[in-house]
Amino acid sequence: MKKKSVIDSSNSPKVDQVGIVERAARFTKRSIKKEAKMQGLKMVLNMIDLTTLEGMDTEGKVKQMCYKAEHLHDELPGLPTVAAVCVYPNYVGLAKKYLGTSGIKVASVATAFPSGNSSRAIKLRDVKMAVDQGADEIDMVISRGKFHQGEYQFVFDEIAAVKEACKNARLKVILETGELGTFDKVRHASDIAILAGADFIKTSTGKIKPAATMPVTLVMLEAIRDHYYQTGNMVGMKPAGGISTSKLALHYLIMVKETLGEEWLSNEWFRFGASSLANDVLMQIVKQETGIYQSSDYFSID
Amino acid sequence: MPCLNLKDMTRIKVLKTYKIYIGGKFPRTESGRYYVPKVNRKGIANVCLSSRKDVRNATQAARKAQEPWADRSAFNRGQILYRIAEMMEGRFDQFVSELIIQGIEKKKAEKEVAQSIDRWIYYAGWCDKFQQIYSSVNPVASSHFNFSVLEPSGVHFIVVDNTSPLISIVSTLAPVIAAGNTAILLAPKKSPLSAITLAEILHTSDVPGGVVNILTGDKDELADHFSTHLDINGVIYSGNKKKYITQLRKNATSNLKRMRFYDEDWAKKDAQGPHYIKNVCEVKTTWHPIEVIGASGSAY
Amino acid sequence: MTKKSKKKTWDLVPAPESTSHVNIQSEYGLFINGKFQKSKKGKMYDTINPANEKKIAKITEATKADVDTAVLAAKKAYDNVWSKMTGAERGKYIYRIARILQERAREFAVIESMDGGKPIRESRDIDIPLAANHFFYYAGWADKLDYAFPNQKIKPHGVAGQITPWNFPLLMAAWKIAPALATGNTIVLKPAETTSLTTLLLAEVIQEAGLPPGVVNIVTGHGPVGAHIVNHAKVNKIAFTGSTGVGKYIHNALAGTDKSMTLELGGKGANIIFEDAAIDQAVEGIVNGIFFNQGHVCCAGSRLFVQESIQKEVLKKLKHRISTLIVGDPLDKNTDIGAINSNKQLKVIKDYVKIGQKEGADMYVGEQVLPKKGFWCAPTLFTNVSQSHIISKEEIFGPVLAIQSFRTVAEVIKKANNTPYGLSAGIWTDKGSKLFNMSSQLKAGVIWGNTFNKFDPGSPFGGYKESGFGREGGMHGLADYIKT
Repeated sequence: MKKKSVIDSSNSPKVDQVGIVERAARFTKRSIKKEAKMQGLKMVLNMIDLTTLEGMDTEGKVKQMCYKAEHLHDELPGLPTVAAVCVYPNYVGLAKKYLGTSGIKVASVATAFPSGNSSRAIKLRDVKMAVDQGADEIDMVISRGKFHQGEYQFVFDEIAAVKEACKNARLKVILETGELGTFDKVRHASDIAILAGADFIKTSTGKIKPAATMPVTLVMLEAIRDHYYQTGNMVGMKPAGGISTSKLALHYLIMVKETLGEEWLSNEWFRFGASSLANDVLMQIVKQETGIYQSSDYFSID
Repeated sequence: MPCLNLKDMTRIKVLKTYKIYIGGKFPRTESGRYYVPKVNRKGIANVCLSSRKDVRNATQAARKAQEPWADRSAFNRGQILYRIAEMMEGRFDQFVSELIIQGIEKKKAEKEVAQSIDRWIYYAGWCDKFQQIYSSVNPVASSHFNFSVLEPSGVHFIVVDNTSPLISIVSTLAPVIAAGNTAILLAPKKSPLSAITLAEILHTSDVPGGVVNILTGDKDELADHFSTHLDINGVIYSGNKKKYITQLRKNATSNLKRMRFYDEDWAKKDAQGPHYIKNVCEVKTTWHPIEVIGASGSAY
Repeated sequence: MTKKSKKKTWDLVPAPESTSHVNIQSEYGLFINGKFQKSKKGKMYDTINPANEKKIAKITEATKADVDTAVLAAKKAYDNVWSKMTGAERGKYIYRIARILQERAREFAVIESMDGGKPIRESRDIDIPLAANHFFYYAGWADKLDYAFPNQKIKPHGVAGQITPWNFPLLMAAWKIAPALATGNTIVLKPAETTSLTTLLLAEVIQEAGLPPGVVNIVTGHGPVGAHIVNHAKVNKIAFTGSTGVGKYIHNALAGTDKSMTLELGGKGANIIFEDAAIDQAVEGIVNGIFFNQGHVCCAGSRLFVQESIQKEVLKKLKHRISTLIVGDPLDKNTDIGAINSNKQLKVIKDYVKIGQKEGADMYVGEQVLPKKGFWCAPTLFTNVSQSHIISKEEIFGPVLAIQSFRTVAEVIKKANNTPYGLSAGIWTDKGSKLFNMSSQLKAGVIWGNTFNKFDPGSPFGGYKESGFGREGGMHGLADYIKT
């Protein structure tokens, strides 16, 4: 389904920066209370990709994180688990083994994450390595350098090649929006990624600031919606980095609900890439249940 | 037998026919009527007694000319207004003698002509400057560029009811066309000659046809017609008849015409200024987003 | 989205703004000469909450004698105090009003929503802060007027009679009072009969700010009260915001007088979407243009022009966006569209909707479930409309949008200008040169390029043609309150 027409930036819809920021701000005016809040918070938990992507990652760290993914807050029964853990390719096997039949997915970054500056062959081997170890999901980065050079076809082909290498794993395409410069470019990159076969589009690696913001996520959601209008095919969305409070996460969900619809409100189609968000959500849930404001001392950090 | 004495023979003068000025042409009134303004009980000329249909025709001409006139560069309008002054200077004596015919004494007449020429020059200079005085960039609190400019309000009907027939016409007309409006001017009934001669000047000064239309006739007869006309955007009355003002204001309700009433002595030095131009303009304010990198607390 | 799930999975629950800090008296007198006072003979009438038809308070119907007292108080205050005060001192009083308004903002917002039906999100985020900002802006002009009118000798008019509409009660009072005070006039103001409460509360603020008695007087009541102000011999200037019909009545009534006037009247704003626009932001602009304040906005973008090549896409997106709008309790923080201001206005809107159907336009109505009590109108679109349809000619003043398609720039300019109104217009295109061309060709006082329904104290507002004359806001807004 290579549609070359979108490769040309002039075919991507334009985005007005002030307008998109204004619209994104409007979602934050929604007031989410009581049952709606509780339901929303649990949804958020269940959409989190618990992530560790550090040079100093160790087996111990990955194991601890996997345990946390499954046992978010055992003091409170009936909580959902997170959606996935996200690790570097060399820890995929370990995570897979550790999570067993929990149903929690293992996602792995690949393609010379985070810069993406390597040969295609190496990137594909990177992907293969993760897939062979059983990764359920691959988070790739696009070649931003090529994108800025105007070599959109290159970017498109690379995503398509990675998609092929993913086999049954779902592909999340990281645009690294913080390096793209304008919303128009974010929209264009989204269109390329979607048409090249992305199952998800994702804002950021978490290594570049700014990472996810509501306006940039909205631009990507609009690309997903327009694609859905044209083809009837759903694409998922994953904002990553910078979302650390429950309130903000709930606003993201409102944005998804009002832009795409309720069909997207499950971890099949929406994820948060975050490491510290889970505990804030947990604190809010306990607060809702007990009526008592919480302290981070009572929530485990892994 | 009488012999032809060349020395004694006085030449028969060619008399001027004063016609009205519509759409760059000099027709007679479609009504075929005329009147004779008198000075010291002596008629000075046969002058068109314009009808409502002349008002209608002149309005059509003014409407048609308005957009193209407004679309010209302000600089170009300034040059044309300056040209009017040049042409008047060339026919200085004619304007003087016509004022004298209309009962104004020579010294006063000379002063009025000089002043009128100077007033054209004054407003010629304003054409490309008043906008800079009255427009503004407005610092709004959101991420928008916001600016206000003046725009001509359209077609104006000017009634001049003054005793100084030239300076009052020039003083009311010049700011109107300087702004990019077009005008229909009804000359003072008692002294209409200068207005018609001014029309000849305009005609030869690169003022496009229809930008200024000049009628002669009776302001009371025409009042209801022009002041209710839905395609006239503004009315200027230079005079002091209270009842007349009330009549015009009532009629202007039909389409909320912009009404200006001037009771000034136009011969005064300070009876000029850019606010006379502003008075025949609308303020238009435009908003547009400014792409603010970082507006969302990010680097976008 | 088109794919509809059987049940909603995540719905918001009511989030009403607290009314506990709000203090509404059971009845209000007239604010004359610095004091609330009872009318000598006037009756009282109920002001109701249009969202539930419950009575909120009793308001005084001023009599001619009351108006007379108010005007005389204003005249006296002008002659003895206000005209003798320096601009700097006047400015300080106006600053005080701005500050107190900011302090009491939430209270004002709640009452504005209760009395007028507008969503609390709008009264809290737009009406009240803008009103306070307006006072703050004009306060600073009071001692700088010479810079606004160089080489001219200027004077205030004296007593200004002001009549405000029901769609933005406090904001319009601010638009009128702030520049009038800054330029040195004194005031007799009549708020609209259905929405007088926040103006009466503003009178409390004015009292609290310690303005000299009589500088601002508020008289409440119906149309005749306004007529008494308009026709009062000692009133020197009239500023009116409201319908073109009443504006013309005032224009006519003042014909034989020396009173000057500002009229801010109706509109039928063209909102124009080109195929090269940022479509999603344009759709948001359409929504802001017609559903802001239930469409009770004189500058509403009530005539939508969509380039034919993108009409389908725009309509699809617009309908989807409409499906996300929440209609209901104005005090709920999540409400996007509140109650129609009055039963009378609801009837007007309904009549136009009937006309639109009769005219054969295609109607689309939002699927929102409307509350049983109160006055409500779901967001409504009419497509397949032409310029000849009544619904695209006349001001409906409700959440009803008439949509036409167009092909070329020249065509849409002609059609947009093809109206006796000239208040606002919107242009959506990504091409700068086209936008500049359009903005200079459209005959309207406010042009929104790639945005809509934005307001700011520094930005002049007012119309061309039958949308009235004079400007409110910005430096240009001073001109209508002075004479040379």
